[in-house]
Amino acid sequence: MGTHLPSTEFDGTAVDDQREADAEAVMGEPAAQMVQLLGPDGKLGADPVFSAYADKLTQEDLRGLYADMAAIRRFDVEATALQRQGQLALWVPLTGQEAAQIGSGRASQPQDYIFPTYREHGVALTRNVDLAELLRQFRGVSNGGWNPKDTNFHLYTLVLAAQTLHAVGYAMGIQRDQKLAAATDGAKEQPDAAVIAYFGDGASSEGDVHESMVFASSYKAPVVFFCQNNHWAISVPTNVQTRVPLSNRAKGYGFPGIRVDGNDVIAVHAVTEWALEHARQGNGPVLIEAFTYRVGAHTTADDPTKYRPSTEEDAWRAKDPLARLEKYLRAQDLADDAFFAKVKADGDELAGYVRRTAHDLENPDIRQAFANVYAQAHPLVAEELAWFEEYSAGFAGEEESAGQAAKAGH
Amino acid sequence: MTTMTIAKAINEGLRAALAANPKSLLMGEDIGPLGGVYRVTDGLIGEFGPDRVVDTPLAESGIIGTAIGLALRGYSPVCEIQFDGFVFPGFNQITTQLAKMHARSHGNLTVPVVIRIPYGGGIGSVEHHSESPEALFAHTAGLRIITPSNPHDAYWMIQQAVECQDPVIIFEPKRRYWLKGDVDVQAPGPSEDPFKAHVLREGTDATVVAYGPLVPVALAAANAAAEDGRSVEVIDLRSISPIDFDAVTASVQKTGRLIVAHEAPTFGGIGGEIAARISERAFHSLEAPVMRVGGFHMPYPVAKVEEDYLPDIDRILEALDRALSY
Repeated sequence: MGTHLPSTEFDGTAVDDQREADAEAVMGEPAAQMVQLLGPDGKLGADPVFSAYADKLTQEDLRGLYADMAAIRRFDVEATALQRQGQLALWVPLTGQEAAQIGSGRASQPQDYIFPTYREHGVALTRNVDLAELLRQFRGVSNGGWNPKDTNFHLYTLVLAAQTLHAVGYAMGIQRDQKLAAATDGAKEQPDAAVIAYFGDGASSEGDVHESMVFASSYKAPVVFFCQNNHWAISVPTNVQTRVPLSNRAKGYGFPGIRVDGNDVIAVHAVTEWALEHARQGNGPVLIEAFTYRVGAHTTADDPTKYRPSTEEDAWRAKDPLARLEKYLRAQDLADDAFFAKVKADGDELAGYVRRTAHDLENPDIRQAFANVYAQAHPLVAEELAWFEEYSAGFAGEEESAGQAAKAGH
Repeated sequence: MTTMTIAKAINEGLRAALAANPKSLLMGEDIGPLGGVYRVTDGLIGEFGPDRVVDTPLAESGIIGTAIGLALRGYSPVCEIQFDGFVFPGFNQITTQLAKMHARSHGNLTVPVVIRIPYGGGIGSVEHHSESPEALFAHTAGLRIITPSNPHDAYWMIQQAVECQDPVIIFEPKRRYWLKGDVDVQAPGPSEDPFKAHVLREGTDATVVAYGPLVPVALAAANAAAEDGRSVEVIDLRSISPIDFDAVTASVQKTGRLIVAHEAPTFGGIGGEIAARISERAFHSLEAPVMRVGGFHMPYPVAKVEEDYLPDIDRILEALDRALSY
C-alpha cells in the first residue's frame, strides 16, 4: 500500500475548524483525507480497503465495542468523582476518546505489546488491566500499579513521548526474537507480534517522537504509532503543535500515515487492525492519527472554560462515539432497550467495584521502595534502610507509652 | 597475561560479552564499519553482524530510549555515546526512564542497559569533548556508575556491566585509551566486584582517592611524595555509584588524612560526597579536613589552557601539604 490511502468522508462530519484550513493553506494541498465508516448519523459507509476489516466484526463484537465504551465512560465518571472527593490526587479524564481507545485496543492481539501515555484507560480495559489497579498511580500508592508482563500493557509514562522510543526498541527486540527463532528452529523470519505506542497531539512536538519515527523507519520496526489528536495539549491548541495534519508527517519518515475519525469505533478498529497486520508482516511502522476530542478537562487540575469556547465542546458532543454506535445498533436491530439497560447496570457495577476497591488500596510501606531501587544488592540503599529501621524503632516505645497514657486517661 | 591498551581491552571485553550472551548487542553512532571514533568497537560488526552491532541514527535520546525498549523485551544493549558532552540529549531517558523503571514497576521489570561514555579532558579537543559529568548521573538513584583506570579492569568491568541486571554507566577515561597494561584474559572470570575500590599503593601518612583518568596522576604524586619521605596510600575508587565508603574509611582510619581528586568541577562533585561521608564516619580519625582537588567552576576550558584546569601531580601535592600542615 502506498502513502495515499483510500478513504471516505461523509457530509456533515467535516470538522469546523479554522486550524484545518490553515494547515491546508500551508501545505498547498488538502489535508489528509479522513477514514470514516460510521458517521454521526449512525449510518455505515463503505471504504475500498477498510470495509473488509469492518465486515469481520460480528454482531457480538459490535455490541462488545459499545459495552466497552460505555463501561470506560462510566469508569471515567467514577474516577472523576473519586478525585473530587479527595480519594485520588489527580484524574486524567478520557471522555470523548472512547472510540479511539476501545477501537484500537480491541484490534490488538494478546501477543502485541502496548505502550500507553497516561490517559489510555480504555486501552487498559481492552487489555484486561484491573481498573482498580489502574487507580493506584492516581491515588498515590504506586508509580505503576500493575505488572505489564501479565497483560502486555506497559505502565503509564508521565514524561511525554518517552515511551515512543521504548516502543520502537521493544519492536526491534521482536524482530531479533524472530531471527533467533528462525536460526534455531527454522521458523519464518517475520514478526509474530507488533507494538502500539500511544501519544497525543501535544506529545507530537517532543523530540522523542521524531527520533522514534526515525529509528522505526530505519529498521522497519513492527510498531504502530497511535496519535490521539484530541485537539488540546492542556490549554494549547493543536495548531501550535503542528501546521500540517499530523498524519501527513509519516510521509517524511517514509511510512504510511492514516487519519481516521477517532470517534468512529468501527473505523478505528479497522485501521488499527490493518496497521498491526502491516507491521507484523514485516512492512514496518504505520502512523495513525485518530481525529478526536477531549470533551472534558486535561486533568482535574485544569479548567477548560479558560481557554476554549463551550460551542466547540458542543460541536464535538454531536459526534459522540457512543451515540453513533447506539444509533447503528438500534437501526440494525443488533441491540434493544434490554441490551442498553444491561450495559448501564454493568457500568454501575463496575463503578461500585472500583469505588470500593480504591478505598481499600493500602498505603505502601516505604521499605518496598528501598527494596526496588536496584535489582541487585546496593550498599548505600542497605545502609539507608538500616538507618531508617533504627530511627523508626526509636519511636516504637514512644507510641506504645503514648497509647498506654491514653488508655490510662492522661 | 596479555598486554594491551584500555581501548583494546574494552574491545576484547565487548567481544567476550557478545559471544557469551546472544541477547547482548551494541548500539551507537559510527560503531559499525568505522569501529567507533576511538575504534573501541573495531572489527565487531564483522564478527557479529549488523543486528548485534547496530549503527544507529544520530540521536542520543533515540539510542538510549530504544535500548530501554530492547531491554524490556529481554535484550542487554550496550550503548556508546560518542563524547561526554553529547550525552545530554539522552539525559532525560537516562534519569527519568532508565533509572526508575525497576522501582516504578515494583521490581517486575528490569532494564539491564549499559551506557559507555568516553569522558574527561587532556586530549586537546574542542568544546563538549572533554567533560566529566559523572556527578550529574550519580545523584540519580537507580543507576550504577563505574570507571576503569587500567586495561585489566576495563576488560572485566565492561563484561560485568553487561551481566548486571541494573542500568550501568561506564565512564571510560578517553585520555587513557592508549595506556597499556597486563590483562588476564585467561582467568575464568573477574576476581573483583566492579563496585569495590582497590588500594593500589599502601601508605601511612595520607590517603589519596582518585578514579578513572586521575589514577595514574595520583600514583605519580604518591611516588613524588615518597621522595620527600611521605607515605601516601592511593585508592582507585573504580565505582562512583555505589561508592565503596568502607574501603575509604578503613584507609583514613589508618592514615588520618584524605585527599579526593577528580577532573570534574569540585563544587557539587563526588569529592564533596566522599568528604562529607568520611567526616561522619571517621571524624575522630581525621587529623585534617578532607581536601578536594578538582576542576574549577567554569565550563571546561579551551584546549590551550586545559593543563591549567586539569588536576596534576603538583595540585595533589599542594593539597597533601595543606593536609599535613594541620
